[in-house]
Amino acid sequence: MAHLQEAAVKKVHEICDRYEGETTPLIMILSDIQKEFGYVPMEVQEIVSQRTGISVAEIYGVVTFYSFFSLEPKGKYVIGVCLGTACYVKGAQQICDQFCEMLGIQPGQTSSDGLFTVDALRCIGACAAAPAVTINGKIYARVNVKDIAGIIAEYKNKGGAN
Amino acid sequence: MFKTCDELRAKIAEYTAELDSKFNGCDGKRYIMLCGGTGCIAGGTMQIKEKFEEYIKECHLEDKVEIRVVGCFGLCSQGPFVRIFPEDVLYRLVKPQDIQEIVMKDLMLGETVDRLVYEDPQTGEKITKMEEIGFYRKQKRIALHGCGIIDPNKIEEALGCGGYQGLMNALSMPREDVIKLILDSGLRGRGGGGFPTGRKWKFAYDSVSDQKYVVCNGDEGDPGAFMDRSILEDNPLAVIEGMAIAGYAIGASEGYFYIRAEYPIAVSRINATIKKCEELGLLGDNILGTGFSFHAHVRLGAGAFVCGEETALLNSIMGQRGMPRPRPPFPAAKGLWNQPTIVNNVETLATVPYILREGLEAFTQYGTEKSKGTKVFCLGGKVNNVGLVEIPMGVTLRELIYEIGGGVQNGKEFKAIQTGGPSGGCLTPDFLDTPIDFDNMVAAGSMMGSGGAIVMDEDNCMVDVAKFYMGFICDESCGKCSPCRIGTKRMLEILERITNGTGTMKDFDELEAISEACQSNALCALGQTAANPIMSTIQHFKDEYIAHIEEKTCPAGICKDLISYKIVADKCKKCSLCSRVCPVEAITGTPGKTVFTIDPAKCIKCGMCIASCKFDAIIKE
Repeated sequence: MAHLQEAAVKKVHEICDRYEGETTPLIMILSDIQKEFGYVPMEVQEIVSQRTGISVAEIYGVVTFYSFFSLEPKGKYVIGVCLGTACYVKGAQQICDQFCEMLGIQPGQTSSDGLFTVDALRCIGACAAAPAVTINGKIYARVNVKDIAGIIAEYKNKGGAN
Repeated sequence: MFKTCDELRAKIAEYTAELDSKFNGCDGKRYIMLCGGTGCIAGGTMQIKEKFEEYIKECHLEDKVEIRVVGCFGLCSQGPFVRIFPEDVLYRLVKPQDIQEIVMKDLMLGETVDRLVYEDPQTGEKITKMEEIGFYRKQKRIALHGCGIIDPNKIEEALGCGGYQGLMNALSMPREDVIKLILDSGLRGRGGGGFPTGRKWKFAYDSVSDQKYVVCNGDEGDPGAFMDRSILEDNPLAVIEGMAIAGYAIGASEGYFYIRAEYPIAVSRINATIKKCEELGLLGDNILGTGFSFHAHVRLGAGAFVCGEETALLNSIMGQRGMPRPRPPFPAAKGLWNQPTIVNNVETLATVPYILREGLEAFTQYGTEKSKGTKVFCLGGKVNNVGLVEIPMGVTLRELIYEIGGGVQNGKEFKAIQTGGPSGGCLTPDFLDTPIDFDNMVAAGSMMGSGGAIVMDEDNCMVDVAKFYMGFICDESCGKCSPCRIGTKRMLEILERITNGTGTMKDFDELEAISEACQSNALCALGQTAANPIMSTIQHFKDEYIAHIEEKTCPAGICKDLISYKIVADKCKKCSLCSRVCPVEAITGTPGKTVFTIDPAKCIKCGMCIASCKFDAIIKE
């Protein structure tokens, strides 16, 4: 637990406090942690275990079962390519392949500069916008393979500014 | 804080009058309604709203015009929309730069902006009223009641639009009568199973316990279906009311919403509406002085398709991995924390208040003999009118695709419609005149499922579609039982071999054998239905499988390993357009001088060049 910062430990305890008295709060606690930190590392799972009395093994089982939780930090920009059926039949696979090809990563992975993660999503419910891509919540509608270089460049420029 | 039903009824009458005035113009104001559905928001609804505010201020119309952002209008492919009352004029495909003209012409002078009015693609007729557009004519909104009408952030509008009248009616009836009414209505579960809702309620009612639960299944996992999200976002009170009615009927005082974490707006709307209900005395202890108490809670899903299965969902609410367990015991006997529990889908619960409010006849007049009422579909894929559709059961696939959906895009040939998501199947043109209901869809070899309806054209490869669904199921299999865990993996591997040209006829035979084994031996519906997309595509498109295996070709030109792109020298006009659109610089040539050629080693087969070529000089073979 050595490399967890004190502030982070405090935050994890604060999140656990929110659900004091709830019957089965594990997934709610983990959701809040995922939203706060962007991932749920082992050290944090140990704190949750101490607080809830649930074994680390069981917590690890839950964290790895659900796709919403991740053990590794995600990139600054999470590119979600919708691979729902409506998007798929309109060529979403090529969109996903192209993002991965240009960033040199596989779906679920983060680029080495820590800037981008590509996630293959299962239907974001924007079927009219098919094929759709979301980047940190912003929806790009009717994405074309040739738009992708421009989209990546847009965020690379932003990333440099910070 | 409302203490009695009479008190609430009196206030509802005020709310209704107030809501009506936003449509009939009796307060002398004009109302601009903007669609707040995901498609329109992505298309710029909020920028449109800002522009309206800017010009309304500039023209000093603040006291005369009000802007309202409401739920999804349904016809997503024509969004963003602007609808103006009391005239009821609909503008479509509106862009922020159109707003100045709408304000100057329509709001200032009362003249319609013709170029933004919907035009019937067949007749060319301009249609200003939303209901008269072909897409809406055959629809009937029951589950979607109030969606696209009310501002979902204002509970007053939901109450003014019929909200809570169903619950008040229920509370004045004996619990047995409420269950009987739902039984008689013939309402069946809208999440996919189609189990009679009334029977489920009766089982839970008959189970003796101090504590029972109602669970709303909002874990909408079918890729291509978003009706549950729309209902939760656009009229959250209707679902809460449906849940409370169910709670009253079975004798439960606690309810849980289980909603996908991917739907943050739905989660926040439901949370906000529950809080508001508690403040107003519409949820909590002794609701409206009737002695009935009901508390609602929200739990988030965390991205697991299998949690749509009810026992897996209950495990997930209890903080565990979302794995199903064998039934019986059914949740109605032993569910959440081992207490009697009913799990109903969002759309089912949203339908319940309508039946209680409008009566049995109003509901059973729609539908077929064994499938009463309406069903919401998400029409998507290669169809002109993509969107959210609620139709009476019994409407045919032809009506759905051609009249409501406006036919296949770009004049292409209709090949199949996929319904039921990863558990369903593909239906061919032979089934176009089948009336849509639970039993007909199963008899035709697919299922209604939660209501995803994806239209495919001649350019879709059915083996590839089967592979897509199998990849999904293989990812989402929870791993508890081996037929599903191993079977889906083996089936996916076979489909990968067939689509990359290394499949054999032995593979094909094995595919059928594994499909059957998975169907009869898997623990839950996810595994039992996993092979449906394969079986239905084999049934209707066996020749496509054979073409991939025997001839190593993909007739639709989709499977990348079986096709290559080529520029036909005779047809190439050396214009260089293809090389300019190619994202990987695989096409070379000198403009105006040499014929262009594609380097197969670089080509990623994205299809950009074919789409851009004006001379049809590029082919797939």
